[in-house]
Amino acid sequence: MTDILNALVLFANFVFVPGLAYGAQLALGALGVTLIFGILRFSNFAHGDTMAFGTMVTILVTWWFQSMGISFGPLPTALLALPFGILATIGIVLIFDKSVYKFYRTQKSPPIIFVMASVGVMFVMNGIVRFIIGPDDQRFADGERFIIRARDFEDWTGLSEGLALRTSQGLTIVIAVIVVAALFWFLQKSRTGKAMRAYSDNEDLALLSGINPDRIVMVTWILAAALATIAGVLYGLDKSFKPFTYFQLLLPIFAAAIVGGIGNPVGAIAGGFVIAFSEVTITYAYKKFLTYLVPESWAPEGLVQLLSTDYKFAVSFVILVLVLLIRPTGIFRGKVI
Amino acid sequence: MMRNLALFGAMFAALALVGFTQSWSVSLAILNLCLISAIMALGVNIQWGYAGLFNVGIMGFTALGGLAAVLVSQPPVIEAWKAGGAGIGLSLLALLGTVAAAVFVRRRVAGRWRNLAVLLTVVVGYFLIRSVFDPATDVIEATDPAKSGYLGGMGLPIIFSWIVGGLFAGAAAWLIGKIALGLRADYLAIATLGISEIVIAIIKNEDWLARGVKNVSGLSRPVPLEINLQQSEWFLSLANTLGADPITFSSIYVRLSYALLFAVVLLAILWLSERALKSPWGRMMRAIRDNRDAAEAMGKDVTRRHLQVFVLGSAVVGIAGAMLTTLDGQFTPGTYNPLRYTFLIWVMVIVGGSGNNWGSVLGGFLIWFVWVEAEPAGRWLMETLSGGLSDGPLKAHLLDAGPHMRLVVMGLILLLVLRFSPRGLIPEKTGR
Repeated sequence: MTDILNALVLFANFVFVPGLAYGAQLALGALGVTLIFGILRFSNFAHGDTMAFGTMVTILVTWWFQSMGISFGPLPTALLALPFGILATIGIVLIFDKSVYKFYRTQKSPPIIFVMASVGVMFVMNGIVRFIIGPDDQRFADGERFIIRARDFEDWTGLSEGLALRTSQGLTIVIAVIVVAALFWFLQKSRTGKAMRAYSDNEDLALLSGINPDRIVMVTWILAAALATIAGVLYGLDKSFKPFTYFQLLLPIFAAAIVGGIGNPVGAIAGGFVIAFSEVTITYAYKKFLTYLVPESWAPEGLVQLLSTDYKFAVSFVILVLVLLIRPTGIFRGKVI
Repeated sequence: MMRNLALFGAMFAALALVGFTQSWSVSLAILNLCLISAIMALGVNIQWGYAGLFNVGIMGFTALGGLAAVLVSQPPVIEAWKAGGAGIGLSLLALLGTVAAAVFVRRRVAGRWRNLAVLLTVVVGYFLIRSVFDPATDVIEATDPAKSGYLGGMGLPIIFSWIVGGLFAGAAAWLIGKIALGLRADYLAIATLGISEIVIAIIKNEDWLARGVKNVSGLSRPVPLEINLQQSEWFLSLANTLGADPITFSSIYVRLSYALLFAVVLLAILWLSERALKSPWGRMMRAIRDNRDAAEAMGKDVTRRHLQVFVLGSAVVGIAGAMLTTLDGQFTPGTYNPLRYTFLIWVMVIVGGSGNNWGSVLGGFLIWFVWVEAEPAGRWLMETLSGGLSDGPLKAHLLDAGPHMRLVVMGLILLLVLRFSPRGLIPEKTGR
């Protein structure tokens, strides 16, 4: 009995909790991609670098706060700096919309031209981020590191395995729930949110009923920028900040958005968790877990790891391909233009 | 026509200027990479310019070409083959068997159990493969890990790898194209982006194949080594008659030989692409690109043509990838970065003029030149700008960050060309 409990705790500690946090971060990122896709109708390749930009500003403000001795008690100071990061990101994203995308919108260019323009924006943003903060790893988490320590958990339950919950993981989940709830309330109940959904469903009908497209586009960019910054800061707190990693996050984020059904916010969240849990469960080494569950003589010799952790991109990609082949609209019916 | 000649003339003048002001050795090094970049841009242009396929997996095809260079030119490691060759062969057989079994099950089982049965076959096959494959790779990686630890190659002259690289990339492209080409344009982009990351991940982690991140260095060369030249009689007398210092001249001689080889390949591919573009096949491709539905209604098999052009373009990129590794003399999977190997090539194609082969060549030359020269220029700019600042962390940071300016420069070039001159420097010829 204790062995089964130990195995469950082990699984929760190394697979479930990290997967939950990572899934929430991917979901927030995928929500931004899916909103842009639903309203502006292109895949935004600059989204990863938008996340990096927002996180960078947040880190800089965090360092400034820390140098002035401002802190947020047990919580990371980065949370205080987050609003500044969001504001800066909204600013730069709106500048790019005015200077780059607006032209193609009035020209009614095909989506692929938008995608190319977003590649250009990606280069510029990537350059700005590397220019300001450099290409190296930055850690900026402070405050209390753990909500539950593995040692405390062991003492408390008497099990030999501990379950640790890091502050960054707890925060990620709580903030993701709040943000998603607020976003859905906005999309379902507010006038602008309803207008956005109408515009996404049928652009011409929405225009006929007097919806102002410029406003819709602006609100979409604001939401996407805020979501990207929050996702980026939470990811950075949980792991660490490195511009190149953020660029690479593009793949699981796209996978999450498409798997869930691109253009569909519920799908983006579901997709985020599907991708995150697949990555974590497939790359986890089950040796210790199985050792608890099976009789001693059966204990596995190898690591019992389905794929090495270096292949986690492959996991999200394979799922993406499977979904595209079996159900191209995604789990929740998204758009297929 | 005059304008195009002037553009190419200006490009070579810029290279000559580098030769006079910096050094001829540097200028030729830039020229060599310009030639390779031009070939890559041609490959992308075949996909994007002819057929409108948005492939952002160029890095993966380049790396496959580089892998070919290792597998063709390195001598085979006999001990590793003895120890693990059978195991690798067996796991390859198991892989083929699994695929065959999965296809068989998919054909034979009908109804709602089909997907489950296929999945089960694949899972059983996977564990079967792993049970043979893992021990085999372990022994291979354990044979003299400091020097080899991999199977080695075929020990052939490295120049053959250029063809093999093209074949590797073409085969990979066929597989990807089969899966992703029926999809929407931006899905193809995402799929190719994913595949290229996976190719790099495999090359980095499968040490038995090409030593992974431990790199393979000291690849054989298609041109003589500088040190051998400096000791040979005819070379010294040649340097003497030209009145050049033998050591600098040897490096110039080697780079010139490379440039000659690359130029031959570039011209061959350029000639073939031009022929293809002007043939009925080229007109059909453009018809498909410009109006897919109309072309389909005329009885053109759009998906097949797309697959064909996707494989051809990727093969060209693979050739360039093998050439790049040949030039470097080493295979370093850790250095493949999508910004440099995928998106930079795209900037070349867009700036040069998509749909025009000469444009892509010019774009390859120009953008590579700017990319290389932007680094010293960025440093110089930062030194000038921060000249008035006193020494301190800010100045040091600015000086450090200078080289990153070139990403911003590339992005701005792409955005500006896309906005104000979307047809590029040498636009596609339309109409007759």
